Amino acid sequence: MAETITLEIARYSPEQDTAPHFQSFEVPVNKEWVVLDALNHIKDKQDGTLTYRWSCRMGICGSCGMMVNGEPKLTCATFLTDYARQGKKIRVEPLRYFPVVRDLVTELTDFLAKLKKAKLWLIHPNQPPLSDGEFLQTPTQVDRYKQYAMCINCTLCYAACPVVGLDPIFVGPAALALAQRYNMDSRDQGSGDRLAVLAHPDGVWGCTFVGECTRVCPKHVDPAGAIQQYKLTAVLEWLKSFVTPRGAGKHDG
Amino acid sequence: MDTSSHDVLLVGGGGAGLRAAIAAAEVNPKLRIAVVSKVYPMRSHTVSAEGGAAGVAKPDDSLDEHAYDTISGGDWLSDQDAVEAFVKEAPQELLQLERWGCPWNREPDGHIAVRAFGGMKKMRTWFAADKTGFHMLHTLFQTSMQYDPITRYDEWFVTRLLVDEGRVLGVVAIELMSGKVQAITAKSVILCTGGCGRVFPFTTNASIKNGDGMALAYRAGVPLKDMEFIQYHPTGLPFTGILITEAARAEGGYMLNKDGYRYLQDYNLGTPEPKPVLRSMELGPRDRLSQAFVKEDQKGRTIETPYGPVVHLDLRHLGEKLIDAKLPFVRELCMKYQNVDPVKELIPVRPVVHYMMGGVSTDINGATPLAGLFAAGEVACVSINGANRLGSNSLPECLVFGARAGRAAATYASEQPEPNGKVAALASDEQRRLESEFLRKVGGRERVATIRTEMQTTMENSAGIYREQGLLLAGANKLRNLQERYRDLQLDDHSRTFNTELESALELGFMLDVAESMVQCALHRTESRGAHQRTDYPARNDEKFLAHSLVYRNPDGSTRVEYKPVAITRWPPGERVYGQQTAKQAQPQETRLTN
Repeated sequence: MAETITLEIARYSPEQDTAPHFQSFEVPVNKEWVVLDALNHIKDKQDGTLTYRWSCRMGICGSCGMMVNGEPKLTCATFLTDYARQGKKIRVEPLRYFPVVRDLVTELTDFLAKLKKAKLWLIHPNQPPLSDGEFLQTPTQVDRYKQYAMCINCTLCYAACPVVGLDPIFVGPAALALAQRYNMDSRDQGSGDRLAVLAHPDGVWGCTFVGECTRVCPKHVDPAGAIQQYKLTAVLEWLKSFVTPRGAGKHDG
Repeated sequence: MDTSSHDVLLVGGGGAGLRAAIAAAEVNPKLRIAVVSKVYPMRSHTVSAEGGAAGVAKPDDSLDEHAYDTISGGDWLSDQDAVEAFVKEAPQELLQLERWGCPWNREPDGHIAVRAFGGMKKMRTWFAADKTGFHMLHTLFQTSMQYDPITRYDEWFVTRLLVDEGRVLGVVAIELMSGKVQAITAKSVILCTGGCGRVFPFTTNASIKNGDGMALAYRAGVPLKDMEFIQYHPTGLPFTGILITEAARAEGGYMLNKDGYRYLQDYNLGTPEPKPVLRSMELGPRDRLSQAFVKEDQKGRTIETPYGPVVHLDLRHLGEKLIDAKLPFVRELCMKYQNVDPVKELIPVRPVVHYMMGGVSTDINGATPLAGLFAAGEVACVSINGANRLGSNSLPECLVFGARAGRAAATYASEQPEPNGKVAALASDEQRRLESEFLRKVGGRERVATIRTEMQTTMENSAGIYREQGLLLAGANKLRNLQERYRDLQLDDHSRTFNTELESALELGFMLDVAESMVQCALHRTESRGAHQRTDYPARNDEKFLAHSLVYRNPDGSTRVEYKPVAITRWPPGERVYGQQTAKQAQPQETRLTN
């Protein structure tokens, strides 16, 4: 008999349960298997009701984030063998601080609304016609914002952020890092438009600089750094708005 | 039952779907546009595309050369009028994405940088490191958020097209979170659901790639085109099937057999040079490289692993600096999923099902033969890809034909009356079907995963890299049998809330139909062309098969295959030549390694 490991999985079905509970499953430990493979094994062979999201299985679509032994992880990149050595038990729960739809599936409507609110798109009114060619941007200018553009929206940073836990209105690390991605882009002129949301008490000022967001990011984005950087920008933009009435762009907040 | 109503409805929110939605919104901002997707749009499989997007960008290149590479790469099965439109519009679309913020790699002077790619005679592949699809998708998604006419239905699963009197009227969809079944009406519908790699056991495709849109159209009487042409990418990681991008070879990687020998030189692909040579050796087209792997395996010159035979991709001579600058995702994937560091070690790779050349038959504007129904992206077959797609043509295809379909569907919708009253009755029929066949059904004996696994094995055995009549017939019979057994499914899950087992069962139904269409097309095409290789008919036969397969589903579930001539404009069928014959005119420039 092959070596096995126990997965304790949080189960919750709103049609039957008043609160989540844990259910244990035994799965074989194959050295290539990640936690997601174990979940698929259970769903295919043992219990078709187990409910979770997944898609690419290569750490880029951002669907399969869960709490694994209390840590926010992409389950497609979390190997069973890393836990088999530490006590033969893996606890899998939905990402913390999000409402739970069912089992391991969290409710993301609010997260999506925050992305829209932060105006995460290139703002550059009155662009020249396409026939004029590309906006020039040197590799150094690309490097200024590129790491913030690596965010895959997996929401692990929200599950790691104690401020999100205390204040659900807080815009949160990913949206703030992505806002900074556009603010730092030499082609963008929208930092003034984003000011109202970002400089709000629920924007960057909500962050108490715990730094957990940066620690758990599977793509090595540094939201904590982006937020600290932006706090300085926000002060300067705010001051500028007094000095030059239209200099900081259009405000709509 | 609830009904909501729109003018233009997108099924799928990946590269093609989002591009189409934005295009429709720009044609007429008054249109009510819906994007219905079974996943949040930024999870769509466009996100996994790595290497780049082709579009003529530099003075040494020309539209005709891009067209010729595409047509010869497709073994002359591409429609040349579609290819001409494609190569002309691809640079505009890539430039448009630049204007929307896509972080393309740049030359030191700030202009767009391009890289080499397989089967391309000039460097014309725009790239954002090796996460090009990821950056394109997020750029499109973030851009789309500012368009108020676009309403999103995130995590809604479309189960059926609403069709009456030869016209599409919308879709029936399940809202996963609540289990609510709803009719969503529209004057035009664009299918942008991507490919169907999950029909096979070993694929680069995400779990969501189940041929949904192909089956939806097929069941509505729309023909699928060229379904026998399935692309194996030559470099997938064993076990996971994770793609190692062709850019790894474009940057100079070598393919080695178990003796450390660059075996592609034995397969009429040129002679090995230390630096990459365009349209030669490792930069040959994907079909030829995957076929060479099978031959090499038959000679006993591959390496056995628990997950099948492999060869090696060697990047070590490129050095850490170049790998980290141009191929960071390759290194991350190898280290994280294969425990191999390509800076120091050989990467084990084997051919893996990657892309569907065939799909819903459309014209050059994405229109299908069913009034009001359009398709774009991998789900569609225009066809620009012919019998074998060239690497880095699929991302611009999503943009060019997404935009074309978006505009055409918007124009069509602007001229149509509201869908008629039949909608409610059709939608109720579908709701009853979902209840009786799945949610309230008792007494079935089959599990989704069992039938799915058997289907995948069947497809690999009968419709893999090499095919022949006996194996295809056996595959066709087995698929019929699996269709019967599918009716005997029993779900564990009868919940209304986020029922992923129901979703998997419906996806399996789609995949079985798509699998049958593939095997039927492969059976009927008694020649070898591009990715369709028949050991019993090893030669290309232009006299009989310079034509697209069109497969129809008869009302009794049986199939019918017809043919339609290929559109030839300026490039009469010729021999596909790769290797030294083209090497002299296609030396890569030194500048490519410097930025």
